[in-house]
Amino acid sequence: MTAETELKALMIASQEGDAAAYRLLLERLSRHLRAYYKGKLAKLGRRLTESEDLVQEAVLAIHIQRHTYDPVELFTPWLHAIARYKLIDFLRRDRASIVDVPLDEAAETTASDDHIGTESSFDLRRLLRRLPKKMGCSIEAVKIDGLSVAEAAKRCGISEASVKVNIHRGLKVLSTLIARRTRT
Amino acid sequence: MKTDELIAALSRNVEPIDRRLIDRSMSIALAIAVVVAIGIALIALGVRADLIAPRAIIFTSLKLAFAIGTVGVASSYLARLMRPAGERRGFLVSAALPFAAALLLAAISLGQAPSSHWDKMVMGDEWLECLISIPVIAIVPFAVIIWAVRRAAPTNLVRTGALSGLVAGGVSAIGYALHCTDDSLPFVALWYGGTIAMCAVVGAILGPRLLRW
Repeated sequence: MTAETELKALMIASQEGDAAAYRLLLERLSRHLRAYYKGKLAKLGRRLTESEDLVQEAVLAIHIQRHTYDPVELFTPWLHAIARYKLIDFLRRDRASIVDVPLDEAAETTASDDHIGTESSFDLRRLLRRLPKKMGCSIEAVKIDGLSVAEAAKRCGISEASVKVNIHRGLKVLSTLIARRTRT
Repeated sequence: MKTDELIAALSRNVEPIDRRLIDRSMSIALAIAVVVAIGIALIALGVRADLIAPRAIIFTSLKLAFAIGTVGVASSYLARLMRPAGERRGFLVSAALPFAAALLLAAISLGQAPSSHWDKMVMGDEWLECLISIPVIAIVPFAVIIWAVRRAAPTNLVRTGALSGLVAGGVSAIGYALHCTDDSLPFVALWYGGTIAMCAVVGAILGPRLLRW
């Protein structure tokens, strides 16, 4: 199982703070997730345009929860559990749909990829404006404008430790905002 | 927003993660839960007056063994269940083992006693106090354990909630055992076992609300 070995190595490097490995990991995972969600949504008779929203929700969840992966375990089941959890959560939020997600195999999350239509309905900058000021400022400075933590601390007028905490908490709030926004 | 933009943002300036955060949170939560449960039991109810009498020592130890056994098995499963894909086959069976052992000992003890004693052995003197105390003492421990579980990402919220309730109920029983003077195995199996199981049911109901992420 080469996907498992490669993804696991990338994940472990990412957990240790290797940004290049992390970027590569998220790129690969997003392709797997896209194929997974498109397949699921098609089976459930849903619009495929929703799949990119789900991909981004799952990528954000993977980021926020990346500390929950234990390297003594396989990586693919961890990925699959998050992908499936976010799918069920997504369907449950939509009152119109009755949740009956068919049982599936962990291998499905590492299925073939598909790179068309990779834009979601979220507007990151607009969402950031809805966050508490320190959180929005920290995320914007470090994650979007690419400043160092020290520079971000100066810009936002808070300590470096506080920047890190605000990024972590802010991304959690962001994920809740994305999950709670009303769907039509 | 394009997915590539999100990925670029998330992978910018990544910090190494704290691998031990989850296990450390759970250990801290368990320690706080036990201290709180014992504290409430001792302050609100008081330790049993005859604690050092031989019979009291034996039965208090048996009650503690049941409660600690439940907490041990349930919390070790909970530590896995709080991570994505943490479910394991067979673990629910082991979580039930302390209960099975208590029921077995209760049955043996009833079998050896004349049936005229059964009513007293099963109901004890303070079954109502036990029925109320264990769930009430469990509230704060439950909240502390939920705090720790929320720092991770369980994907089976009903089961994780149930295990959290089971741990809280077991921890609560540790505190209550220091007060309780009903010394019979059927009493322990029914009232301790029953109230701890009740905590697990409440946890299963609350899990999906409290643990969503």
